[in-house]
Amino acid sequence: MSEERKLAIIVSKGSLDMAYPGLVLANAARMLGIEVKLFFTFWGLDVINKKTVDHLKVAPVGNPAMHMPQLAGVLPGATDLATTMLKKRMEEMDLPPVSEFLEMIDDAGAEIYACRMAVDMMGLTKDDLVPQVKDIVGAMEFLEMAEGAQIIFI
Amino acid sequence: MTVKTAKTLEELGIQLDAEGFLVNPDDWTPEIAEIIAREEGIELTDRHWEVINFVRTYYEEHGEPPTLRAITKRGGIPTKELYQLFPKGPAKKVARIAGLGKPKGCI
Repeated sequence: MSEERKLAIIVSKGSLDMAYPGLVLANAARMLGIEVKLFFTFWGLDVINKKTVDHLKVAPVGNPAMHMPQLAGVLPGATDLATTMLKKRMEEMDLPPVSEFLEMIDDAGAEIYACRMAVDMMGLTKDDLVPQVKDIVGAMEFLEMAEGAQIIFI
Repeated sequence: MTVKTAKTLEELGIQLDAEGFLVNPDDWTPEIAEIIAREEGIELTDRHWEVINFVRTYYEEHGEPPTLRAITKRGGIPTKELYQLFPKGPAKKVARIAGLGKPKGCI
């Protein structure tokens, strides 16, 4: 594996089903020795926010992949049910919960950054974020750090 | 002083695939692990052997190699340490040294 290869993953969504792809890819890259930086922006901040990290949900509404009538998705409890089902399935597949996953990729050497603008917009500080967050940086700064990297936007 | 020349995999008649993984995991011996580790620039310590033995045992029991997460969770080797023991891409290095095929797991 080329030691030069780098990956920059931008996570802009905060639902459970949008959090995992970035985490899985980051971890896979580290397992192969690829350098990884993650940038959490907009709703993606929920993935690294202490208050929400363990409470991410998957919404059945507007999600055709759920294979259920859209109307059923608005029923009370539909989101919780879909979330519980997905979490159970992921546990069976040995996927760690999001907070543990963040710990794991941090231990594996992936670097986690929060978007400055999104942090300010949501009135947060570094203390509100999980301890694995290395720094809060602006978009320009992140792009500079990601120079030469392949970029994945989620 | 005479230096004992280590045998190469070729001399031992061990077949590797295009990416350097053992074609037949049953060919594996601790000596082979030492040779492949040396190629990877790794000097095997007791801690490396704990990982390798866990991986071999897991393979014998399950018929497939463990994921890195299984090594850390069930093998008791913390993630950080695993990356220090097998730097720059532990997934393939562990599998190669333990004589197993290219890992397919995503985690």
